[in-house]
Amino acid sequence: MKIHEYQAKRFLKKYDIPVPKGEMAETPEAAKRIAEDIATLPVAVKAQIHAGGRGKGGGVRIAKTLDEVERHAASIIGMNLVTHQTGPEGKRVKRVLIEQGQAIKKELYLSLLPDRESACILVIASEAGGMEIEQVAAKTPEKIIKVYINPLNGIQPYHCRQIAYGLNLPSPAIKGFSQMLTRLYRLLVDYDCSLVEINPLILTAEDSVVALDAKMDFDDNALFRHPDLLECRDSDEENPLEVEASKYKLNYINLDGNVGNMVNGAGLAMAVMDTIKLAGAEPANFLDVGGGATAEMVENGFRIILSDPKVKGILINIFGGILRCDVLAKGVVEAARKTKISVPLVVRMEGTNVEEGRKILSQSGLKLHAAVDMKEAGQLIARVVAGQH
Amino acid sequence: MSIFVGSHTRVLVQGMTGKEGLFHTRQCVAYGTRVVAGVTPGKGGQEIDGIPVFNTVAEAVKHTQADCSMIFVPPPFAADAILEAADAGVGLIVAITEGIPVMDMMRVKQVLYGSASRLIGPNCPGIITPGQAKVGIMPGHIHRPGGPVGVVSRSGTLTYEVVYQLTRQGIGQTTCIGIGGDPVNGTSFIDCLDAFEKDEETRGIVMVGEIGGSAEEKAAEFIRSRVTKPVVGFIAGITAPPGRRMGHAGAIISGGSGTAAAKIAALKRCGVHVCENLGYIGEMCAKVFKTSSTSGDGP
Repeated sequence: MKIHEYQAKRFLKKYDIPVPKGEMAETPEAAKRIAEDIATLPVAVKAQIHAGGRGKGGGVRIAKTLDEVERHAASIIGMNLVTHQTGPEGKRVKRVLIEQGQAIKKELYLSLLPDRESACILVIASEAGGMEIEQVAAKTPEKIIKVYINPLNGIQPYHCRQIAYGLNLPSPAIKGFSQMLTRLYRLLVDYDCSLVEINPLILTAEDSVVALDAKMDFDDNALFRHPDLLECRDSDEENPLEVEASKYKLNYINLDGNVGNMVNGAGLAMAVMDTIKLAGAEPANFLDVGGGATAEMVENGFRIILSDPKVKGILINIFGGILRCDVLAKGVVEAARKTKISVPLVVRMEGTNVEEGRKILSQSGLKLHAAVDMKEAGQLIARVVAGQH
Repeated sequence: MSIFVGSHTRVLVQGMTGKEGLFHTRQCVAYGTRVVAGVTPGKGGQEIDGIPVFNTVAEAVKHTQADCSMIFVPPPFAADAILEAADAGVGLIVAITEGIPVMDMMRVKQVLYGSASRLIGPNCPGIITPGQAKVGIMPGHIHRPGGPVGVVSRSGTLTYEVVYQLTRQGIGQTTCIGIGGDPVNGTSFIDCLDAFEKDEETRGIVMVGEIGGSAEEKAAEFIRSRVTKPVVGFIAGITAPPGRRMGHAGAIISGGSGTAAAKIAALKRCGVHVCENLGYIGEMCAKVFKTSSTSGDGP
């Protein structure tokens, strides 16, 4: 789960990690009031969306007067911000973060994340701050420092020294940096973050470190033990169909194609999407109804697929292991009746209770194409959406 | 022959009295698996279907000599369940549970580095040696005993599809292992490839991967340098968009790495027969494994 920069900075503050003075505003008037409270100029007016590259897209501006704060906030709030991470459709900005300007001596990069290969917390740091770390890694890999921390022992002073000296920090900055890094590590572990990224982390004229930007992402599997995080969720940042699907515990991701599909199991769902593409069509979604799906979940899945206007045909591929084919068939029939399904449907079922499932489908009176295997299912759906059937 | 489990395996089930746990325990018993104990704290002393239930794994092991644990414990308590099994000296731990926090699994993995226990999963369908033992949630009837092919996969139902196609081609399986779809898991592709390479009965290997991480790339290097048996590979997620978690916690393309294209390229470079369309993997295996056995590759 992603959160906004202003929310991430509240977490940093809670852990006594230095951030610029500032607050979030939803209107230009509120923005101006916050700037008045900050009491010094200039201030930064920063668009709050779940995507990077905001500066280049015009979502971050510096205001030298209070009137400018209001003007910039007015132009940013409500704008459709397009960055390399939002996709061409962009994202509507609803909030801005107003922050005190900083005297920057140097920009650094710092991030912490669980590393899957080593089962350690990986700290990545670089003197090349303010740039995308993937680009730094590609162009100047020697500028990247990586330190692995065993989660059983946690962060030690020597880890901090390795990174601080690696970043060529001036002596007066080292103590403050080490303290900040230790706190960041604690924050990451306490809240089951899948990423904490500070880019840039700045070294000020006074040789202290300040988190100028902050990005946090949380492990969805651990949300059960952080009920306080749920109020940070901004559903407006997510696709409305995906929000709807998550209510029913369905794994749904909206895509650009026109073939809706419903599959049990994530790996098989991806493989079915690939099959659709290889057959010459494009998948409209990823939908894993899971191993323990009920008839009701299948029905909801169906409704969500159909509420995507791009969908011109639906492929259902279920390999019944835990999810029995008769349960699936009942859900499909029920959903098709309720939603008055108007697009062609290709169904391929295999596994537990497959005979009963096929019987339920064939006796339902539904118009559907039955495929005997994956190969045929892919070919059928491609032909159907191309209108050759 | 087979790897990791066989008719000798004595299985205990952690979380046996739950709905999922009991359903699948019965399925495993029906398949012929020797389920010797269940563990549910607070339910010790009970008996279900003639299987004794214990409060702790240590107790269960002491009384039943179980050497394998299958775990259905819910995510908040699953890491503890794995550690309990390892602490009791259970040699093989199969964690079916989906949704364990990454932070928990990192700690578990660090502890297991110094332990004699092997963990399969979590977030996996388990492991089956057809005709001998099923320790997991896969439908047993789609498998065909006797080999000669070993299957290893990060996925569940996708593996069933592959196995089903193999069986329809008349190709049996020695052992099929789902190593799980989580970013931090126990047994790796390489562990399984190594075991299949050493298993006399296994004459060919099918490896099913997906986007995210670099386990497939590492496995590809291992295949090139250490595996003499023919390997057919499949990678799911050619159409997966970057930055999105595709159902499995570990299936995500991040920062341009972990793409299907890169994995397919790595496998091809290392001599793996890559099948790009799942619908054809059975046919492809028939071709690859037949050719290699007639050319004297197998025993």
